[in-house]
Amino acid sequence: MTSTGIGAPVRRKEDFRFITGKGQYTDDINRQGQAYAYFLRSPHAHATIKSIDASAAKAKPGVLAVLTGDDLAADKIGGLICGWMIHNKDGSPMKAGAHPALAQGKVRYVGDHVAVVIAEDYSTAKDAAEAIVVDYGVLPAVVDMNAATGKGATVVHDIAPDNRVYDWHLGDKAATDAAFARAKHVTKLDLVNNRLVPNAMEPRAAIGDYDAGNDAFTLYTTSQNPHVARLVLSAFIGIAPEHKLRVIAPDVGGGFGSKIFIYAEETVCVWAAKKVGRPVKWTAERTEAFLSDAHGRDHITHAEMALDDKGKILGLRVKTKANLGAYLSTFSSCVPTYLYAPLLSGQYDIPAIYCEVEGVYTTTAPVDAYRGAGRPEATFVIERMIEVAARETGTDPAAFRKKNFIRKFPHQTPVIMAYDAGDYVASLEKALDMADYKGFGKRRRDSARAGKLRGIGFSAYIEACGIAPSAAVGSLGAGVGLWESAEIRVNPVGTVEVLTGSHSHGQGHETTFAQLVSARLGIDIDQVAVVHGDTDKVQFGMGTYGSRSGAVGMSAISKALDKVIAKGKKVAAYAMEASEGDIEFKDGRFSVAGTDKSLAFGEVALQAYIAHKFSGQELEPGLKEGAFYDPTNFTFPSGVHICEVEVDPETGVTTIAKWTAVDDFGNVINPMIVEGQVHGGIAQGVGQALLEGARYDSSGQLVTASYMDYCMPRADDLPSFSIGTTVTPCPSNPLGIKGCGEAGAIAAPPAVINAITDALGHEDVTMPATPQVVWQAAQKTLRKQAAE
Amino acid sequence: MYAFSYVSPKTVRQAASALAKAEDGKFLAGGQTLLPTMKQRLAAPSTLIDLAKVDGLSGIELKGRALVIGAMTRHADVAASAVVQQAIPALASLAAGIGDPAVRHRGTIGGSIANNDPAADYPSAALALGATIVTNKRKIPAEEFFKGLFETALEDGEIIVKVSFPIPSKAAYAKFRNPASRYALAGVFVAKRGSDVRVAVTGAGSNGVFRATVLEDALKKRFSPKSLEGVTLPATGLNGDIHASPEYRANLIVVMAKRAVTAAVGK
Repeated sequence: MTSTGIGAPVRRKEDFRFITGKGQYTDDINRQGQAYAYFLRSPHAHATIKSIDASAAKAKPGVLAVLTGDDLAADKIGGLICGWMIHNKDGSPMKAGAHPALAQGKVRYVGDHVAVVIAEDYSTAKDAAEAIVVDYGVLPAVVDMNAATGKGATVVHDIAPDNRVYDWHLGDKAATDAAFARAKHVTKLDLVNNRLVPNAMEPRAAIGDYDAGNDAFTLYTTSQNPHVARLVLSAFIGIAPEHKLRVIAPDVGGGFGSKIFIYAEETVCVWAAKKVGRPVKWTAERTEAFLSDAHGRDHITHAEMALDDKGKILGLRVKTKANLGAYLSTFSSCVPTYLYAPLLSGQYDIPAIYCEVEGVYTTTAPVDAYRGAGRPEATFVIERMIEVAARETGTDPAAFRKKNFIRKFPHQTPVIMAYDAGDYVASLEKALDMADYKGFGKRRRDSARAGKLRGIGFSAYIEACGIAPSAAVGSLGAGVGLWESAEIRVNPVGTVEVLTGSHSHGQGHETTFAQLVSARLGIDIDQVAVVHGDTDKVQFGMGTYGSRSGAVGMSAISKALDKVIAKGKKVAAYAMEASEGDIEFKDGRFSVAGTDKSLAFGEVALQAYIAHKFSGQELEPGLKEGAFYDPTNFTFPSGVHICEVEVDPETGVTTIAKWTAVDDFGNVINPMIVEGQVHGGIAQGVGQALLEGARYDSSGQLVTASYMDYCMPRADDLPSFSIGTTVTPCPSNPLGIKGCGEAGAIAAPPAVINAITDALGHEDVTMPATPQVVWQAAQKTLRKQAAE
Repeated sequence: MYAFSYVSPKTVRQAASALAKAEDGKFLAGGQTLLPTMKQRLAAPSTLIDLAKVDGLSGIELKGRALVIGAMTRHADVAASAVVQQAIPALASLAAGIGDPAVRHRGTIGGSIANNDPAADYPSAALALGATIVTNKRKIPAEEFFKGLFETALEDGEIIVKVSFPIPSKAAYAKFRNPASRYALAGVFVAKRGSDVRVAVTGAGSNGVFRATVLEDALKKRFSPKSLEGVTLPATGLNGDIHASPEYRANLIVVMAKRAVTAAVGK
């Protein structure tokens, strides 16, 4: 390993521009003659729109246009789409209600888009919006999921009269019923997975730009996948054909999933740019982000686990209601289904699993993928169940896990997934050691003497990343394949541009991808530039989410590098007048086997471009290769997180005393970046467990629409993490990479809640376990203690 | 933010006259509440009268047995003041715990007291210490100054010039923060001066800052955390929201009072 090669903790190349304020985010871009958009949003959770009178707004100086859903319809602009078809138990398709970018006849959540004002400046647009008179016919809000599917509930979309998007299942019901029939012990638990607001640091933004001379559009947008945005805007929404629409996602300041989706605002900006003949810019205010970014999680679940008399798991039965909000966002339908139920086997050998999921419409913001997407929800179910089952059977939670771990690979679970590699015992044992599990009893007694309740909680998580084999996801209803592309452009002097369909919005691709290229081509890391986020530069790509950029994106780069080296050998053979079969490539040099003749990589690149040593008929000049990589399997990162908490029963404050994480991400390119991903993931997972919760009141108003009420994790909410790794290389991709971006957010919530419930001695703790929640739960503990 | 006019008077008299002339004027002290409210379009004053350049409104001095703090004195200056740390250390530490560093370097004691946010810290200190609020027109005892949520005894055109705090023998402030906003869910200022004990509570009352007489009575017998063992407060009159029910706030007041007394006795 060199100081910048694979496995080296190279400092992030991109950080200089980010830290010095030189990044170019969408809001930093300004186009000549740019106008500004302001969206008038619904103040009601649910209402018909009887009329919109925009005459006063249009008459204001500086206002260029006020556009509504009627204008979209007149221009035959299609609605926003959901790209994953889920089928009901009976085989019928899910019920997707129409989702116009500007409301047509009805609004369905607070923040829904009613009209857009385009004006010379933002304040003018905002002032004018206040002059629009909308006559609403207010309808009852539909907030609670159980009420939504109950008798007499108000219908959100006529297509779904019972507010059910789908009623889906996975697994073998008969086999699971049989497992429960012979169970010696059944553990039952009701779980709520709280709704979250993603809160990327950079709010969403868009600039639509229309070039009348070429009848072509450019959209600058905060996207994790600009090519998918172009495809959807072209083929489905009908803004412009793909070759007339360029989508640029420049520097993007965090996404966590929320910037995968194609939203109303960018659709309207690009459409409106042609209508007003001016570039149109919109940047979300933070309140708009709270109201209209796709939210995450929001499940209610009942789970049951069947055990035999030796504490081996026989079966698992899970029934979940998933809140999908008012409309189906781009990938929302797959999150509580195919990204959820297939992970319910966890790290355990469970012979029978049956999972039922109802997707529910409510008059709340759409819910879609958020860091982990389905896998945190699954991990919360299985890891809470495991911990409670261990407690109920009087077994040490670590021993209970070991008894039920999968130990042979490959392992086919009863819910689709075929785990390819892992060593769950190794991660657990390393974590127990690092956490000083043996010393916990003493620490607990010390806390008790200080009037505190100490608890320890485990989370042995698994996730399915490297999303995903195209044929597999296609068979499950995905509208797209989930391969990745890469192109390696070698310049005549031997510097390299890597064009990738992956998109970095905080992940550090400019560094890790350069490390791979540097290591493979033997050139300096500074001679490698990574190009992404522009559909005019990169031909196509599927973007970044699901911890896929390493496993899938870099595998595509690896494949393209293979082709560059193969072509380089041909060029080198001509240049050194040797047989191609005798050319070896090592440490950045092409050499003729058995001789001292060799050329550096850069010299071969120059030969390829001057082409003096071969004719164009024998070998094409130039050195540029592309590759598409379609994975053969998901990847399965796994690990064990151990959380130790101290609860103050007087105030309900939970302090995280110790955090141990041992993760198996397969091979690692840059351990520093990986560790950073783990830190961020744990912070978000702790946020879900202790602090964050999006709350709507019964009238459908978002009560937590600012940081005054929505609690984000801060540095002083977290301890220093103790982080380790184990490695089983991933066998299904050439680099052995599994992915690390979501692990912490997946692992953390059950570890925290298992620790708090251990401290309190009962299971009645809901997320977020705020001081108030824990204080109430601690009263029960104190009453129990007093009674004993 | 809507458009507004801005004036920067040099004297208290000019400031009062600017307010009288304005259609809907507002004094701007540190602006840590007013400006965010204006940005959200929840306030739309016609004129901001900035008090920053008005002479004689800031500074800290000891006058006899009282600590006198000018209205435009920033929280960070109170926190860092050796005079305050010596005379009423509890007040210095209260100021050090307001908001974040940016807020503490802009926000002022006069602005905080005039705004009387039900979760602000200073009103509890003023009430517990028996402070006197000195305006351009009169002297108002803290007891009569705080009238309810965002309501004070200040009349139109009345400007706080300084706040005078009698120096207690023992005092401390303990705050339980709202996890999200980090404002007080329950902030308790305890002060002992002679045989008098006062306990003022911020963040928890549905009508703003108030004195917890039940706790005062218990502490008058003996100024010790032990005096509060087993004492409970009724939840009536306390605020309830998604962060804390009235019952939880009632518990927090007693716990914070115990912690404040422990700190005060230790000093």
